[in-house]
Amino acid sequence: MIPVGFEYARPGSVDEALALLTEHGEDATVLAGGHSLLPVMKLRLAAPELVIDIGRLPELSYITVDGDEVAIGAGTRHSTVETSSVLATECPLLPAVAATVGDPQVRHRGTLGGSLAHADPASDLPAAVLALGGDVVLRSTRGERKVPITSFYTGVFSTVKEPDELIVEIRVPRTGTAGWAYEKFNRRANDWAIVGVAVVDGRVGLVNMGSTPLRASTTEAALADGASIADAAALADQRTDPPADLTATADYRRHLARILTKRALTTAAG
Amino acid sequence: MCVLMSIMGTRVVRIEDPVFLSRGATYTDDLTDERLTGALHLTLVRSPIAHARITNIDTSAASESPGVVAVITNADLDITPAVLFAMAPKTMARPFLAADKVRFVGEPVAAVLTEEAYQGQDAADLVEVDYDPLPAVVDMNTALDGDVLLFEEAGSNLAGALQDAEFDEHLFDDCEVVVTQEMVNQRLAAAPLEGRAAAAAWGDDGRVTLWCSTQNAQAARDEIAGWLGIDPAQIHLIAPDVGGGFGAKIGADPEFALVTWLAKRLDRPVKWTETRSENMTGMVQGRGQLQTVTIGGNRDGDVLAYRIDVIADAGAYPRLGMFLPFFTRQMAPGVYDIPKVESRARMVVTTTTSTGAYRGAGRPEATAAVERAMDLFAAEIGMDPAEVRKRNVVAPDKFPFTNKGGVVYDSGEYAKAIDTVLEASGYAGLRAEQAARRERGDVVQLGIGVSAYVEITGGGAFSEDASVEVHGDGSVTVLTGTSPHGQGHATAWAMLASEHLGVPIEKITVKHGDTDLIPRGAGTMGSRSLQTGGVAVYNASSELAELARTRAADLLEASVDDLVVADGAVTVKGTDKGVTLGELAQREQLRVDTVFDSGAASFPFGAHVAVVELDVESGKAVVDRIFTVDDAGPVLNPLLAEGQRHGGIAQGIAQALLEEVVWDADGNPLTATFADYAFPSAAEMPSFSLIEMETPTPLNPIGAKGIGEAGTIGATPAVQSAVIDAVAHLGVRHIDMPTSPLRVWEAINTATGGQS
Repeated sequence: MIPVGFEYARPGSVDEALALLTEHGEDATVLAGGHSLLPVMKLRLAAPELVIDIGRLPELSYITVDGDEVAIGAGTRHSTVETSSVLATECPLLPAVAATVGDPQVRHRGTLGGSLAHADPASDLPAAVLALGGDVVLRSTRGERKVPITSFYTGVFSTVKEPDELIVEIRVPRTGTAGWAYEKFNRRANDWAIVGVAVVDGRVGLVNMGSTPLRASTTEAALADGASIADAAALADQRTDPPADLTATADYRRHLARILTKRALTTAAG
Repeated sequence: MCVLMSIMGTRVVRIEDPVFLSRGATYTDDLTDERLTGALHLTLVRSPIAHARITNIDTSAASESPGVVAVITNADLDITPAVLFAMAPKTMARPFLAADKVRFVGEPVAAVLTEEAYQGQDAADLVEVDYDPLPAVVDMNTALDGDVLLFEEAGSNLAGALQDAEFDEHLFDDCEVVVTQEMVNQRLAAAPLEGRAAAAAWGDDGRVTLWCSTQNAQAARDEIAGWLGIDPAQIHLIAPDVGGGFGAKIGADPEFALVTWLAKRLDRPVKWTETRSENMTGMVQGRGQLQTVTIGGNRDGDVLAYRIDVIADAGAYPRLGMFLPFFTRQMAPGVYDIPKVESRARMVVTTTTSTGAYRGAGRPEATAAVERAMDLFAAEIGMDPAEVRKRNVVAPDKFPFTNKGGVVYDSGEYAKAIDTVLEASGYAGLRAEQAARRERGDVVQLGIGVSAYVEITGGGAFSEDASVEVHGDGSVTVLTGTSPHGQGHATAWAMLASEHLGVPIEKITVKHGDTDLIPRGAGTMGSRSLQTGGVAVYNASSELAELARTRAADLLEASVDDLVVADGAVTVKGTDKGVTLGELAQREQLRVDTVFDSGAASFPFGAHVAVVELDVESGKAVVDRIFTVDDAGPVLNPLLAEGQRHGGIAQGIAQALLEEVVWDADGNPLTATFADYAFPSAAEMPSFSLIEMETPTPLNPIGAKGIGEAGTIGATPAVQSAVIDAVAHLGVRHIDMPTSPLRVWEAINTATGGQS
């Protein structure tokens, strides 16, 4: 379908983009890779007055080591994350998760910042960043703030990001050789996860087990108390509220969360 | 002495592909024909509600929207509702735009015509339709109960019924073992890459040129003429490149007729190309049967009686889909020689998308049912499912064999097909591996599914036209009534002509899908093309070679018996004396028009072995390998035949594992996007092991049967069976398709009495 008519702007810098966001606020939508935004516009589920295309801003695309963290520009494509030698050494969970997003075409368009901003609880990367305990750097003409990923999400497709703010950077800890694993369960290779479990350094992030990406906090606490992997994994669905849809009932998702957590923890333990 | 090499049976690379791969195809939406200059664009306002009375339609705001030329509703129409299939009740006709009621989500309610395509949806969104909702009828049994009627004047939701006699209550009296199972053969979407599209332009001569995406131009022409009440000769229908059909583009869609009517009414050319969302609710869908299957026999493994009772979903307005259970009943016993067979089919209307043909069309439903029944019977008596099959197949000395569905199988070697595929798959080794994994209690278990099938090809229309003409420059034009949309007729038909004329295929042009050029034709469907249209080309080319020899005999003052046709020329044997076909054509038109009538359908057959690996913790099955024997007689071009098998197998795996069209209880489609409708990609496909076997049919001179649907028919039950087999040791006997991880997990839980 053809979208509702809209204005289109392609700012030449982040500052220009922020000025446009300040001016237009909720009437504007940011376009990065477009794989989430364009389908909903074509289905007329979204009808922004202004689309601000930040897809070609080189200043938003980088992966650099900064102290104990790796700083990743929000405009960095999944394919770049997937193949980054820096991340392969410093934070190997992230490239592994990026490699499971959609298909190669999607990964060459989609961006890390776009995926986090879209806040789809079925997306892989938000749960991975959650398991990593990363931060989201938001900037507006009012200034910049750093929000821990643990307090970034407020619900399905919603975050604490204000309408005039732009995600400019994602910061994740250098986990190095700490054990990690990602278990993604889907029917087809390019589907969203029915359930996904990201494990790194004893932390567990859950995909599609509630209205936001979740940490399996009961499992993490059990592990910290010295529980076995099997016993800890059996608690993975506690304090979750999984959705029911065509592919899975809530009970089935709970079951999947438990077995996938067991598998991910086992892999991470090497 | 020259040795004449036959081109038939060789792997000729498709000559149509360079254009598709470089310039691209010209689909209906791509047309730049000058007759379409200034065409209006049609956008349809479609019902968002499954079942409702329309109390008011307000088009005033839409009419003021930029670029709007007209907004048309049922009140403006002067054409009567269309009976969309000859056997459908007259009371179940579909208005071209909804009148007092809507009966499925996606039914056209109003037509918006705009100068530019982009203006259409904005205006369509402004058409205000007031609906007074009625209860949806999604479930087929609910439809049968008839508490809520789609068509009050029809008095019931029954679109038709097929039964020879009341069921015999003593059918299974002689059986030691009787097994009954209800099963679902789920609704599928064809989802071709190109959806539906049409473009119409009326000329000053009172004729309309109608381009549309169809599998048979001539039938589409006649159907549209009938719906509009005009002479078919008034319509020049052209099928440009067609981007896939799978049966869903058989004939015309009512939207095509509406486009034609609108172009006349508004005195402007009109174009319409549906969106993917429209396609997923508007294009006919396939399958959709509830089956109750009962099988009985003795503990030695002899099947003695079989019954299948079908409720088939016709969707809101009965179309070809209401006829397909006819094939299901005909093919009910499959490859088996069962003494007593009974069947019944009842076709109901529901507040869902209409059904039509989809790859296999009535035969996969029969095969899936009887193959599941064989597995259930084998499990009940504790016999290997392959053994039970071999014990009950029709013996090779019984052909031609009249089955209990009343059709005559032309030729077959069913036990040989099963033995061949078992051997190729290393069946005994697979069973040993399976036993070892079960013994160890592995998380990933092995499932092995065996299917045997026979199907009907070329069953819709036995006759087909062909014309072959040599031109003065030696090039050749073939006109055919078949209508390829991916099958490769440009290559295959050129091979058949080249066989007799010796003209290289590069100099042979195959034309199709133009009703002025080719007034008669039955199109491409039901795996009919080679054995009807292809044979017509083969025969016409042979007759043309004879005609050329006769004419050359006069010219060369030689005996016809001394003349041979080779390399595009007629020469006197043993000499260099001769005349080219082009030279003959310069003297007098060199053309043959012929008709071939096979007189009957052919019955290709085969056997498949599917191997799945199933994670018993998650319930997810992955097809690891599939081995197939698909015997459709001698193969004209192995490359094309293998392509048909690959595509068919993929669609079979898709039905067994992934695909299903689903509505909620209110009739809202839940699988109307490609994110929700799970058709597979290459990543979900195993490696295909194709095994050759060729048993010719006596029905045509090249011995060929159809291969287009075989893969689907054989692979679907093999994969479904393999999934169930993987968890059979846990007590699971049946899982409906698609055998999704959720369903497998639930089946394990039910069988083991709790959460696994």
